[in-house]
Amino acid sequence: MASPKLTPAQAEAHWRKTSRLMWTILFIWFLAGFGVHFFAVQLNQIVIFGFPLGFYMAAQGSLIVFVILCAWSSSAQNRIDEEFGVAED
Amino acid sequence: MAVSTGSASFLANLGKVYGTYTGAFLVFTVVLAVLEQMGLPNRWIGYAFVFLTIFVYAYIGYLSRTMEISEYYVAGRTVPAFYNGMATGADWMSAASFISMAGGLFISGYNGMGFVLGWTGGYVLVAILLAPYLRKFGQFTVPDFLGTRYEGNVARICGVVVLFCASFTYIVAQAFGIGIITSRFLGIPFEFAIFAGLVGILVCSMLGGMRAVTWTQVAQYIILIIAYLVPVVWLSTTKYGIPIPELTYGQALSEITALEDKLNIVRRHVEPFVNAAGQFSWTEFHNFWALVLCLMVGTASLPHILMRYFTTPNVREARQSVAWSIFFIFLLYFTAPAYAAFAKLEVYQNVIGAQISTLPAWVQSWSQVGGLLTINDVNGNGILDVTKYAVAGPFLDLGELRINQDIIVLSMPEVAGLPYVISGLVAAGGLAAALSTADGLLLAIANALSHDVYYKMIDPTASTKRRLTVARTLLILVAILAAVVAGTRPSGIIQMVAWAFSLAAAGLFAPLVMGIWWKRTTTVGAITGMIAGFGVCMYYLISTHYFGAPLWFGIRNISSAIFGLPVAFIVTWLVSLVTTPPSPEMQDFVDSIRVPRGDVRGIAAAHE
Repeated sequence: MASPKLTPAQAEAHWRKTSRLMWTILFIWFLAGFGVHFFAVQLNQIVIFGFPLGFYMAAQGSLIVFVILCAWSSSAQNRIDEEFGVAED
Repeated sequence: MAVSTGSASFLANLGKVYGTYTGAFLVFTVVLAVLEQMGLPNRWIGYAFVFLTIFVYAYIGYLSRTMEISEYYVAGRTVPAFYNGMATGADWMSAASFISMAGGLFISGYNGMGFVLGWTGGYVLVAILLAPYLRKFGQFTVPDFLGTRYEGNVARICGVVVLFCASFTYIVAQAFGIGIITSRFLGIPFEFAIFAGLVGILVCSMLGGMRAVTWTQVAQYIILIIAYLVPVVWLSTTKYGIPIPELTYGQALSEITALEDKLNIVRRHVEPFVNAAGQFSWTEFHNFWALVLCLMVGTASLPHILMRYFTTPNVREARQSVAWSIFFIFLLYFTAPAYAAFAKLEVYQNVIGAQISTLPAWVQSWSQVGGLLTINDVNGNGILDVTKYAVAGPFLDLGELRINQDIIVLSMPEVAGLPYVISGLVAAGGLAAALSTADGLLLAIANALSHDVYYKMIDPTASTKRRLTVARTLLILVAILAAVVAGTRPSGIIQMVAWAFSLAAAGLFAPLVMGIWWKRTTTVGAITGMIAGFGVCMYYLISTHYFGAPLWFGIRNISSAIFGLPVAFIVTWLVSLVTTPPSPEMQDFVDSIRVPRGDVRGIAAAHE
């Protein structure tokens, strides 16, 4: 594969966008993995279809967020790579 | 299917091959179900499930035999994202996930949720921080990356040591699980059963290395997920009329809460961070977070998982395959709490308060197996009463009933009154989970020793044939060692597995992530960081477990990385700042692995 080396400025811009995506996902990951469960006791006051909400978030809600995050990060990063012409053929 | 699993026609027809395989397995299960009704003894059903599935894995392993280095180490880098996701799912979900997790939720309620969160959320870290960059780097092992990024054998050997400690602890737990299942369903002593299981592990991996392990893991995933879902879906349908247990167990939770009121059980199933008295406890609160963080970071540091992403055709597919991995893992994990809730409801409704002489048959049959379930009519009234709710290690003690968490999943089909064929199916699933993880771990260890230690450090001129011979010999030696250690019955499955996560997290996460995301990380910084982080973690684990040292801040040692991890980051950072920055070639190397396209440049031009 011919290596179309990016100029330093391009490389930096590509990495800045990649980093921004990384921090965004890390932030949502923190909210879903930790933040929301800090309030598990309070959330459990709300009951939907028999599920106390705090329990539900740990058992299912956060997991769904994780799956979506992984799928989204894969496609968003791909868009960034295509924008800079560094995606694979 | 008499073709090699490396051939183009095999890769083009994966859907057909695994579709047929799944259909054949379902037919096999139905045939056994019919035979059971016609009077086939249970023992034969157990034999059929154990032997047939192991035979199929061995056959795939045989078809995948190879004499090529890149096939042996990274399956020729031809595994599509979807199938790599399934293989990672099987690689990932072990005896701990399959056998112990729902049982842990059964006895600990919400507090056990740390395992569910921790063992899924880590994939987000894999997806954004590591997998695509390691794939772009494109060598064979995780220590390969450390040896290249941190220029030399010191970093490489540190990586190998951490890898060995973490993966070996983990594989002993799997060998233990395999021993339990095979001894139960083949009716042979535990010590023999471990070695019988060992043969099962080796036939999958020895001839074909990563290629063989990949295609058996896909087959194992299919069996383990069917086996896990069938009993819960069945139960959800018979209890609530809807075959989606993940929706209906909310009702079971409400019924459990109502029964807890009636039975005076103070420790509520759905109540978070409670201690033995059912009160909110800061210690439980802190331990929950420590465990979640260690398991997540450990996920993103375990070499047998990271090396699966070396096998995809390109960087884009490596990313996609992380998303498929967590999806396939999610299918089991979001079902586990339903498993636990149904089992608990069943016990509260039909076991508690019953005449001890007329208890369901499964209680009788399990109470005869090695103290995993005991009944003791303390007050002598002939009725099974609840006098307390105490969690002691893997046991739940209700006063007159004491039950081990590891039998919840295995006994569930009988608890629900399902045919014995479902028990056989669950055994096959548990075996698939334990075997697939054991194979992935075994390969990670043997590859690190044969590739990183032997080829890169001892004999860089070794021929292909010699390298593969060394790799296979080490595979057998490590497997035997693991079986011998497991035979001494060390700790419980979940505890050993959680230790492995902490060891990997403390030793590997900082050098991997900082090596990619911070160009300023220096060789000395990374090496001192690894040694410090891993050292603190090891010290805490050994001093508290073997020498009774007091816990720091009340944190249990299954989360010992909570201390090692920050130490690793801080030491790496500080030492890097005071040492000479990496060379321009090294910076160029890091730049080149940050983009999917193009060659790996700079320091690492030494490709195979």
